[in-house]
Amino acid sequence: MPAGRVLAFAETRDSALRPVAGEAVTAARELAEALGSPVDAFLLGPPGIAREAAGLGAYGADRIFVAENEAFSSYAPDASLRLCAEILGRETYSAIIFPASAQGKDLAPRAAAMLDRGLATEVTGLGAEDGVPVAVRPVYAGKAIARVTFTDLPALISVRPNVFRAVKRPGEGLVESVEVAPEPSSQRVKGIETGERETLDVSEATVVVSGGRGMKDPKNWAVLEDLVDALGEHATLGASRAVVDAGWRPHVEQVGQTGKVVSPTLYFAIGISGAIQHLAGMRTAKTIVAINKDAEAPIFQIADLGIVGDLFEVVPALAAEIRRVHAES
Amino acid sequence: MKSIVCIKRVPDSEARIRIAGDGRSIDPSGVKHVMNPYDEVALEEALRLKEAAGEGSVTVVSVGPEASKEILRTALAMGADDAVLLQCAGSPDGLAIARALAAEIGGRERDLVLFGKQAIDDDNMQVPAMVAELLHLPCATVVVELEIADGHAVARREVEGGHEVIEFDLPGVVSAQKGLNEPRYPSLKGIMAAKKKPLEVRDVELPESKVQILSLEEPPARQSGDVVGGGAEAVPELVRRLRERALL
Ligand SMILES: Cc1cc2nc3c(=O)[nH]c(=O)nc-3n(C[C@H](O)[C@H](O)[C@H](O)COP(=O)(O)OP(=O)(O)OC[C@H]3O[C@@H](n4cnc5c(N)ncnc54)[C@H](O)[C@@H]3O)c2cc1C
Ligand SMILES: Nc1ncnc2c1ncn2[C@@H]1O[C@H](COP(=O)(O)O)[C@@H](O)[C@H]1O
Repeated sequence: MPAGRVLAFAETRDSALRPVAGEAVTAARELAEALGSPVDAFLLGPPGIAREAAGLGAYGADRIFVAENEAFSSYAPDASLRLCAEILGRETYSAIIFPASAQGKDLAPRAAAMLDRGLATEVTGLGAEDGVPVAVRPVYAGKAIARVTFTDLPALISVRPNVFRAVKRPGEGLVESVEVAPEPSSQRVKGIETGERETLDVSEATVVVSGGRGMKDPKNWAVLEDLVDALGEHATLGASRAVVDAGWRPHVEQVGQTGKVVSPTLYFAIGISGAIQHLAGMRTAKTIVAINKDAEAPIFQIADLGIVGDLFEVVPALAAEIRRVHAES
Repeated sequence: MKSIVCIKRVPDSEARIRIAGDGRSIDPSGVKHVMNPYDEVALEEALRLKEAAGEGSVTVVSVGPEASKEILRTALAMGADDAVLLQCAGSPDGLAIARALAAEIGGRERDLVLFGKQAIDDDNMQVPAMVAELLHLPCATVVVELEIADGHAVARREVEGGHEVIEFDLPGVVSAQKGLNEPRYPSLKGIMAAKKKPLEVRDVELPESKVQILSLEEPPARQSGDVVGGGAEAVPELVRRLRERALL
């Protein structure tokens, strides 16, 4: 029997695709290649979103199912499930891929319960054995890595942001519009409140600059903000729990076991000792840089690069040097 | 205000995790277990809602081994009124747990069903929304702020770059994120009182797990890298190394 297709959920917000949409489709493409099957994607959004949807073809979606309605400018879990069920009625699928974003982590379990299928969340690796998806996922805050398979298909999978880097390739997807009525739901999603300015979320940034208790005072964050600024638009701030608990930084910035799990390309741990619960949140970063005045700090055991020194001297010098080399090139 | 809080027994966040001889499970020997930290937040919220309403009840439910009685006792000591252990063996997947919980909760009177946002053992982050779907209840996950008045709930949930506001009429499901409140410690009086509170233990037969663990391994060790130097003088070398790796 040929393997079923792979379906990806393409997340939208404010009339636009979110970056994790491209990642979900890229992950679906990777799995589809292991299975030898095509990739479809589905999304909901306000009228006009179909134009955006076409762009998913470049990440490997052969067909894109789109439901447009004014009511879908906010997250619409019930309508998303109806669209998903409608698509599953048309074709056979081996897997459905969601991003492990706030939306994906809310939606995927609802879909799993509706379909009576197993769900593997925060997946960091995908493959197939005998036509059945196999997913790799960290458990126990990354202290162990599980390989899991599924007794029934489609397998439901959510992929950790920043792990399956969205890859563009030549190709166009076929956009097909699907009617989904915005039936009254038992819950109303009133939209998203952002602060004064919407900052890049720490779980989605490719460069994270995290500060810990070594920063001494919340006022000193100007030093880190300046480094973020020098690093460019893909960089954002993170924090250890010590400084969140102290009320110096908001909880949304916390990295670690009781904060966010991040997998950026580059992670700076500045004035952070490297407690096991902090490491749980950032050990899958591609490159870790530690700046700490204590050469014995545990963070140096997992850092790829480090400087032993006073952060108040090192960090400003670092921002200046980055600006200098950027100006040169 | 009648609340049900689902709580799980998990290894302490400091625990060293060793893989058992079967290569598929964790060696439990010597591992300290605690109530899942987010579940403490969920329980605290239920207790505060009951206290604010001046009436109602808080029931705690757990699916797990006999040893889960300990965390149920802790919950009773914190102030829960009664506890149920749905006793089972093995480590069921999220959907199997959700089905057992939904079957138990479905038959009970309740305004609110509370969960932690995530159990720190399997890191599944799926049971709350599954239970909501199985019981056809409205649901807000990863909640950092909850207001309840006149049978209506307004929840703020953490999303990338902000907070999403969800409204629904009770009954409903909420999963708690850290920051929603600061959980209390059981008082000596609470610990004494807990001994007299009802703790019901029942065996349950769980459906087969649809997610099967093939293997469990230690994470690839991260090579500890290079300290490129000390102080600000080391900065140019650090930047050179980052450029070498095409990171800047
Ligand atoms: C259940 C549980 C969950 C937890 N979850 C998390 C979590 O999600 N995230 C998290 O981060 N923690 C978490 N923790 C807390 C964790 O155990 C540590 O307490 C915390 O990470 C320490 O934060 P820190 O590194 O900023 O502070 P410290 O451990 O105090 O480290 C400060 C560091 O700054 C360095 N320093 C000081 N001054 C300077 C200077 N001038 N220049 C350079 N370096 C300097 C010091 O050498 C030291 O290494 C959790 C704990 C528990 C029990
Ligand atoms: N075995 C269990 N017994 C009771 N509640 C559970 C169990 N497993 C998970 N939960 C609840 O569901 C939440 C999320 O768990 P999970 O989806 O496994 O990450 C937990 O914080 C608990 O509130």
